[in-house]
Amino acid sequence: MLKLLLSRLATAIPSIVGVVIVTFMLTRLLPGDPAAYFAGLAASPQAIAEIRTKLGLDKSLPEQFVAYIGDLAQGNLGNSLSTGQPVVAEIVTRLPASAELTLVALLLAVVIAIPLGVLAAVKQGTWIDHTCRIVTTAGVSLPVFFTGLLFAYVFYYLLQWAPAPTGRLDVFLSPPTHITGFYLIDSALTGNLEAFWGSLRQLALPAISMAIFSLAPLARMTRGSMLAVLGSDFIRTARASGLSPRTVIFTYAFRNAVLPVITVLGMVFSFLLGANVLVETVFSWPGIGLYAVNALITSDYAPVQGFVLTMAVLYVALNLTIDFVYGLVDPRVRLDA
Amino acid sequence: MKRRSFIKTTAVAGAAATVAPAIWSEAKAQARNETLLIVNESPPNSMDIHGVGANRPAYEVSWNIHDRLITYGAKKDANGNDHYDYTKLEPELATDWNVTPTSATFKLRRDAKFHDGTPITAKDVKWSFDRAVTVGGFPTFQMAAGSLQKPEQFVVVDDNTFRVDFLRADKLTMPDIGVPVPVIMNSELCKKNATAADPWAMEWCKNNTASGGAYKIERWQPGQEVVYTRNDDWKNGPLPKVKRVIMRIIPSAGNRRALLERGDADLSFDLPSKDFAELRNSPKLTVVGTPIENAMTYVGMNVNQKPFDNVKVRQAVAYAIPYQQIMDSVMFGQALPLFGGADNKFKGVVWPQKDGYKTDLAKAKALMAEAGYAGGVETTISFDLGFASTNEPLTILVQESLAQIGIKATINKIPGANWRGELLKKNMPMIANSFGGWLNYPEYFFFWCYHGQNAVFNTMGYKNPTMDALIDKARFASGKEYEDAVKGFVDIAFEEVPRVPLFQPLLNVAMQKNVTGYRYWFHRQLDFRQLVKS
Repeated sequence: MLKLLLSRLATAIPSIVGVVIVTFMLTRLLPGDPAAYFAGLAASPQAIAEIRTKLGLDKSLPEQFVAYIGDLAQGNLGNSLSTGQPVVAEIVTRLPASAELTLVALLLAVVIAIPLGVLAAVKQGTWIDHTCRIVTTAGVSLPVFFTGLLFAYVFYYLLQWAPAPTGRLDVFLSPPTHITGFYLIDSALTGNLEAFWGSLRQLALPAISMAIFSLAPLARMTRGSMLAVLGSDFIRTARASGLSPRTVIFTYAFRNAVLPVITVLGMVFSFLLGANVLVETVFSWPGIGLYAVNALITSDYAPVQGFVLTMAVLYVALNLTIDFVYGLVDPRVRLDA
Repeated sequence: MKRRSFIKTTAVAGAAATVAPAIWSEAKAQARNETLLIVNESPPNSMDIHGVGANRPAYEVSWNIHDRLITYGAKKDANGNDHYDYTKLEPELATDWNVTPTSATFKLRRDAKFHDGTPITAKDVKWSFDRAVTVGGFPTFQMAAGSLQKPEQFVVVDDNTFRVDFLRADKLTMPDIGVPVPVIMNSELCKKNATAADPWAMEWCKNNTASGGAYKIERWQPGQEVVYTRNDDWKNGPLPKVKRVIMRIIPSAGNRRALLERGDADLSFDLPSKDFAELRNSPKLTVVGTPIENAMTYVGMNVNQKPFDNVKVRQAVAYAIPYQQIMDSVMFGQALPLFGGADNKFKGVVWPQKDGYKTDLAKAKALMAEAGYAGGVETTISFDLGFASTNEPLTILVQESLAQIGIKATINKIPGANWRGELLKKNMPMIANSFGGWLNYPEYFFFWCYHGQNAVFNTMGYKNPTMDALIDKARFASGKEYEDAVKGFVDIAFEEVPRVPLFQPLLNVAMQKNVTGYRYWFHRQLDFRQLVKS
């Protein structure tokens, strides 16, 4: 197992190096002049030149790259110009916000999608199957920002059931003591009921909008994979041997069908984490996607590079985790490796 | 697994989560009454207005947490709303001052203190002014606009007396001391946090405040919110009424409007013109729209390129623009027209003012023929995507209209980050753009936008020695001589029309009915100190 882990890590290194080079080049090649942007409205060419020198943008590309690598080696991703903060600090505070939202959404999606998919496969052709089809088609065809806006309009603006879409916590509440950065966990650990309830309320709408979107691939994959397994010989044998339907479905069929579902789960997770930005914009969620997009708009290099790098590392970690989970679920995968 | 019961339980749980009563309601209601909640689109990037690239929201922070030596008085505008008055300078840290032709001497308030309790003295003022003229970038250039350029100009007479020696007679010197840049900082606190490489503590001041103004920063979460509390020991003006101010970033304009309409937010500037036009009729909200001084949205033409090197073509464009349509369907009436005046002449020492152009396609076609372009010509019209909500419909209307006089214009959308770079190159044939200056003098606008020094905002590359001479003269002249100079350059600008003025935009703000006391400031940021929430 350790060997497998190490070999996977080794293959990840070249891709991370590639990401570092590509992001550096890309942000430099993109049109746009950060010095002119940050010099402000009434700047003279001289003021712009001064800012360019301060930012080190007057140096040649290789020089800038060496400086960037040097900083990176010390864990310094540079400073964001648009928020004025070190990128590392920003990512550390913003990543938990995105991760918390994504995880809650994913959990919600899994809790609904997997039973729905299993049922649709078992009762193929019945109304449950059709419901599953309708729900998934609708979910995948409604863009997240649209459901988000619709939910905010209906549940906040019209019905007043949901709290104002002002971020992770109501404006008049203070954030819980920082432990993990996940407000739900931190407030539960410190027994801060008010903050727990407050952040749960804020989470509800964005998490549901994202969950609806990720329902579709999960439910479809569960259904398809279950159908394939249910049609196979060993299930027929199990049925013929007189095992109860419950045992056949859960112990034999589901366990074998779950592997592709895990793959999709990994993909959906990474996709959600990156595609968060729309939901984050709609719900003023101070997450990492919003941060990256704002940085892109202002040609703020450091956060863009930091974001892409963080995402690359996250994907690598995610893939490793999924490989690991495969091994736990299906011993055959372990042998293959 | 019973799917039906599963769905039921989740649905019930979901409903319970949304309708259960809030457990903090009472404490929250209390806090709500004493707090002003502002929702904005973009966050400050620094606590220090002198910092590199400090943005507009950072000016707002600086304005509210710092004092300046002097400030501006107030007047009522045409609609009875509070408006700063650039003709009246009033005390802030300085209780009074004495201006001679060569210097200004300020008496400082004796009991004024910084937030940490240190008394504010003349050496703090000198340190702060020295900092503004030394660190470079925007603060240094803004100071220079008022001929405040060298540390030697700033003299500590004694603890409570400070003198500014003038480099030259410049009527902008005194007004420039009241703009957001020359803030009074706690010099001892800053020096403690300075390093040899960073003698002005620029790094530290980015995230910390060394101020003595009416509000203190309680919490700053970059990119998310700024929370202010009132400085109850503030001596440099009447104690503000609002105890606490929260500025939250809400990136979606639709949600900012929803928050205002639901009464969850108290005030917002950042809404599209259409929303403001609609909210004006809302019984729940007050909308105040103030014409932005010294500002205009215009169509600029590059006078160094064909066909716009020909004044007749430029005049033809000025007669072809569908002005009223732009006012109605782009701005929804949220602007003042700068077209359709009685004639194409100077109408008094104010800027911007109406020119004599109006939509007249027959005249435009005739001018095109006179210029030798009866067969038509091709060009591009560019705009900044950062302001697409106004610029995009505007350029489309202009494009349609120009097609009718034989100018085939292609629209070129430029991302916000590139816009400045493109302006600097000065090779876009035609643009739609806006400009506004802080100091409300015609010659200030012309200095940036028409003068042959060719600043970045002279987007047309316009050079005319006669006009330059008039602008330079107006900067230092007064009385009749001044008025003649202004008349001279305004007339040339209208006749030569390198830029076609379209409208003067409004600075709109929407607030709850119980919020009063809003005052328009030239820096277009919110001053919390005059606001009242009842």
